[in-house]
Amino acid sequence: MTRDFEGERRDLSARAEFSTAHPRARLKRKDLLGIRDLDPEEIRLILDTAEAFKQVSEREIKKVPTLRGRTVVNLFFEPSTRTRTSFELAAKRLSADTLNIATTTSSLMKGETLLDTVRTLQAMAVDALVVRHSMAGVPHQLARQLPIPVINAGDGAHEHPTQALLDAFTIRERKGRIAGLKVAIIGDLLHSRVARSNIYLLTKLGASVWVSGPQTLVPPYYEQLVPDGLFVTPRIEEALEGADVVMALRLQLERQQECFFPSLKEYALRFGLTRERLRWAKEEAIILHPGPMNRGIEIASDVADGPQALILDQVANGIAVRMAVLYLLMGGSSA
Amino acid sequence: MNAREKALVMTAEEIEQALERVAAEIAASEPATDKLMLVGIRTRGVPLARRLAEILKRRYGRDLPVGILDITFYRDDLSRIAPNPVVKTSELPHDITGRVIILVDDVLYTGRTIRAALDHLVDYGRPDRVRLAVLVDRGHRELPIQADYVGRAIPTERNEIVKVMLREVDGEDRVLLLEKE
Repeated sequence: MTRDFEGERRDLSARAEFSTAHPRARLKRKDLLGIRDLDPEEIRLILDTAEAFKQVSEREIKKVPTLRGRTVVNLFFEPSTRTRTSFELAAKRLSADTLNIATTTSSLMKGETLLDTVRTLQAMAVDALVVRHSMAGVPHQLARQLPIPVINAGDGAHEHPTQALLDAFTIRERKGRIAGLKVAIIGDLLHSRVARSNIYLLTKLGASVWVSGPQTLVPPYYEQLVPDGLFVTPRIEEALEGADVVMALRLQLERQQECFFPSLKEYALRFGLTRERLRWAKEEAIILHPGPMNRGIEIASDVADGPQALILDQVANGIAVRMAVLYLLMGGSSA
Repeated sequence: MNAREKALVMTAEEIEQALERVAAEIAASEPATDKLMLVGIRTRGVPLARRLAEILKRRYGRDLPVGILDITFYRDDLSRIAPNPVVKTSELPHDITGRVIILVDDVLYTGRTIRAALDHLVDYGRPDRVRLAVLVDRGHRELPIQADYVGRAIPTERNEIVKVMLREVDGEDRVLLLEKE
């Protein structure tokens, strides 16, 4: 043959390029209720699939016909702009129809039970349900009652799986890996479903996670949350020291009636992510925040707007990750 | 699915000759402009497109860009297949508007893959022209789609499978005819 094919090494690398990384490319479940039940292969499958979807959002025509004719319902019992619009855009970019139901405008205000609302939606032949509720376990209850995929968009202080997935996607995109990284999670851990889902996910993929916050906001059960890889410290500097990734949690002002700390000013002083405090982390550390931010409280403005902060990348990646989740849960349903 | 090997329909040498001929036909009908671009359909269309680009480089005296298309999002059988196909990224090296695109795939069968690829392409831009080159045309079209350049036309039955193996993916070059059992 006339063409020079550059020997075996090139041959092997070319073959690796075409290899199938996930021989059984599917989630082993009907619903996405939390990260805790997922195995590492399922997490990697979602993240890899999201890469293909990220590309769709970067095109001029930001839409693929994959879920044409399907209907996704966003059922939000808690106020949310970011997560709801992200799920809505994700569904729309897959060509699904979307329906947003917020509790303030729904019949639930008229005394209808949760299950009756959902049965009504089911009778309307919707194909997937995205649920946020202030009570932990509500998505799980709905998932048991409904034959369609249910996606947890945040339940109480329990889990927020798609947020953890988009954080992991953002970390992997910048750092090339998750395993072996030191991740510091700082702030209100007690009320944070974001922290819990992230701890499950990052430790499953081999990162070591250091958490720190006011002791009144660190739940005592955290020591036993995961079998391996989680370190709790009252000293924020210890959590930050040598960190590759720093995640500031939103101080949930609406949940602070019980006087967990003396004042917002003191919180900012002792646990706020300032430029000075960040010197403990690695120079090339990245900063994440799930939003919405309380500027000047858990994160200083110059940090939030600085070059290390990837807060807007997180927003963009959130759409890709949610597209991947919808695709994987709604794609091979007749399996 | 079990399948019995029925015949070796193309050897490595015959694949090479078929690609040389397809490249010659492309060169004869497409002028050497910088508008020309090859786009391989994942998986085996990609190495075929790269091989065609290598051969055409000799004829045109210049490099041709090679793009990759993953058509998974555009399939019309998504809910019928299980498990989900693995999605990989598509990679088009340039804006495709105004370009002449040679789509490359290994086997042309029902035409549904090509339909999906065309839908995918037009979401990226508006090419001047799209042509189709395939290594094997096995007949049994379900859509009004034909190839412009065919390496080998192989008459088949519907219960048969044409298995194209390429060294970049499968470690060796050959085309087999299998029969479903």
